[in-house]
Amino acid sequence: MELAVSCKNVSKVYDTGGQKVTALNCIDLDIIIGELMMLVGPSGCGKTTLISVVAGILDQDNGSCELFGENLQDMSSKDKLNFRARNIGFVFQSFNLLPSLNAAENVSIPLILNGMKRFEAERKAVTVLEQVGLGDRWKFLPSQLSGGQQQRVAIARALVHNPRLIVCDEPTSALDHVTGQNVMTMLKDVAMHKERTLVIVTHDARIFDFADRIAEMDDGHIVTVGGIKAKKLSLNSAS
Amino acid sequence: MNHIALKMLMGDKGKYIGIIMGLTFASLIMTQQPAIFVGLMSRSYSFISDVGLPDIWVMDAKVQFVDDIKPLQDTELYRVRGISGVEWATPMYKGLLKVRLTDGTFQTCIVVGLDDSTLIGGPPVMIEGKLDNLRNSDSVVVDIDGARDKLGKPSPTPGAAPIPLKIGDTLEINDRRAIVAGIAKVTRTFQSQPVIYTTYSRAKSYAPKERKLLSFVLVKAKKGQDIAELTRRITKTTGLAAYSQAEFQELTYEYFMHNTGIPINFGISVLLGFIVGAAIAGQTFYNFTLENLRQFGVLKAMGASNLILLRMILLQAVLVGSIGYGLGVGLTALFGFAMRNTILAFKFPWQLLLFSGTGVSLICIFAAFISILKVIRLEPAIVFKG
Ligand SMILES: Nc1ncnc2c1ncn2[C@@H]1O[C@H](COP(=O)(O)OP(=O)(O)OP(=O)(O)O)[C@@H](O)[C@H]1O
Ligand SMILES: [Mg+2]
Repeated sequence: MELAVSCKNVSKVYDTGGQKVTALNCIDLDIIIGELMMLVGPSGCGKTTLISVVAGILDQDNGSCELFGENLQDMSSKDKLNFRARNIGFVFQSFNLLPSLNAAENVSIPLILNGMKRFEAERKAVTVLEQVGLGDRWKFLPSQLSGGQQQRVAIARALVHNPRLIVCDEPTSALDHVTGQNVMTMLKDVAMHKERTLVIVTHDARIFDFADRIAEMDDGHIVTVGGIKAKKLSLNSAS
Repeated sequence: MNHIALKMLMGDKGKYIGIIMGLTFASLIMTQQPAIFVGLMSRSYSFISDVGLPDIWVMDAKVQFVDDIKPLQDTELYRVRGISGVEWATPMYKGLLKVRLTDGTFQTCIVVGLDDSTLIGGPPVMIEGKLDNLRNSDSVVVDIDGARDKLGKPSPTPGAAPIPLKIGDTLEINDRRAIVAGIAKVTRTFQSQPVIYTTYSRAKSYAPKERKLLSFVLVKAKKGQDIAELTRRITKTTGLAAYSQAEFQELTYEYFMHNTGIPINFGISVLLGFIVGAAIAGQTFYNFTLENLRQFGVLKAMGASNLILLRMILLQAVLVGSIGYGLGVGLTALFGFAMRNTILAFKFPWQLLLFSGTGVSLICIFAAFISILKVIRLEPAIVFKG
């Protein structure tokens, strides 16, 4: 079993004007290549902080976090950027599309950052938009798309450069139930294959079924990691 | 990423126009106010530039500026004529005299007396009549602004504009008759009085009887004669002050710079305009970056380096800067054009373009710089914040 992510003893303390908040407290977590891992837990328990560290956009204070066998903290900032640009796709709760770029242009950004020429990148972007069912909307601005469509554009953007890891923070929270389900189905269909790993932060119990494994966090710790069945039981007994 | 930077900039039309307007306004006040200042200051010596033809002005050594008349004896003219290197030298009278209008009221006028035979030093543009008409007895040439306004005859309908003076009308200068034989256009000076041209000898007869009435000796250097050398020679031989046209303009300009409140007053308004313009433009551009911080954060998370983001911001700054500058300078030029026939002083030399161009560039560089700092310090992790 090869590991996509291997966090050992990872800690992160935020220091806001003298007040210290321990967001991550000695986290150990392994995520296997090809699996869909969900991170769940109460608000403020450190989920977003953890995937920020995993995705290499936030430095931990202690411990190590390896991505595909490489330690991002040991890299120069340039190598880190290149590594991110090549290997990681992002999906956000609030979509974070650039409002003045149309769907195809938004989706083309990761390709351009990886050195592809603009027109080629946009052509490629349109094909990925087709995969998420928005082939006919490539010219639309984000403001002309529904929430679910915007999230699909965001998913296309996370996929377009064929990254090995996609991190998603609450991808369905801004969407209604049906749309959320559709987006998840699509995400799983289009994004998942044996080379790609997905880490999804969520508190939306209705999408737990999509997970291969679920890690439950509380107060900066990982409480349990288990298969979906076990998780459902533990969540039910907790409530 | 350039096209993305441009789309980001222009995507929100309202903000885009806002930034451009800020920069346009900044360049407008940074060009227009100094243009008025330069225009105003050039009025201090416009009498000298109007005269144009002579190379050298000779006058009393104590004269500080062009309106500071310290008369000489007529004999000085002949002494100057005798100096080697002088092609010709002509007398000029310049003084303030009281003119009696047809309705009996008095108006102080600048009277300029030109050499009787050559009429050198006359007005730059004749609007009606010919300067040669001055050779007819009692004739004078009046400047158009004076003719229309201060020297005009009161209108029969009260409150209406006066009836302009025209050729053939008469005035009385110091109890002597003067017949208008021409209307001229002169460049405005600081002195707002009407200008009346006549011959040197007639001017002397208008002026109160004094031993000395010669204001300036105007000198043309011989071909090939070094002007600086000739001025030194004239000063040495006569003990009078001799300046090249540029030197005399400079002397006058410096006098006004140092002895009037104009530079400091205007300097403050130019400075204030600069600061206000900089604040508005810098602020709008910085705000624009702040509002787009999240977008920059997303790009950063996806692997865009600081260098890429820096180039994007610089491109945005250069674009809005150039458009704003172009519009601002264009508006200033339009303003100058619209005001060309008014009393407003306005001069737009190329140095001013450089000045406001530098100003706007500084603003944009500064605004881009603080924006870039903000983006460099930006934690890409903000992208996950709600
Ligand atoms: N930039 C920051 N500065 C200071 N404290 C922070 C910062 N980001 C997060 N925190 C704190 O760290 C803790 C963990 O935050 P985090 O955002 O990781 O939680 P979360 O599990 O994602 O919560 P939610 O489900 O509400 O999104 C919280 O107590 C939060 O207040
Ligand atoms: Mg969160």
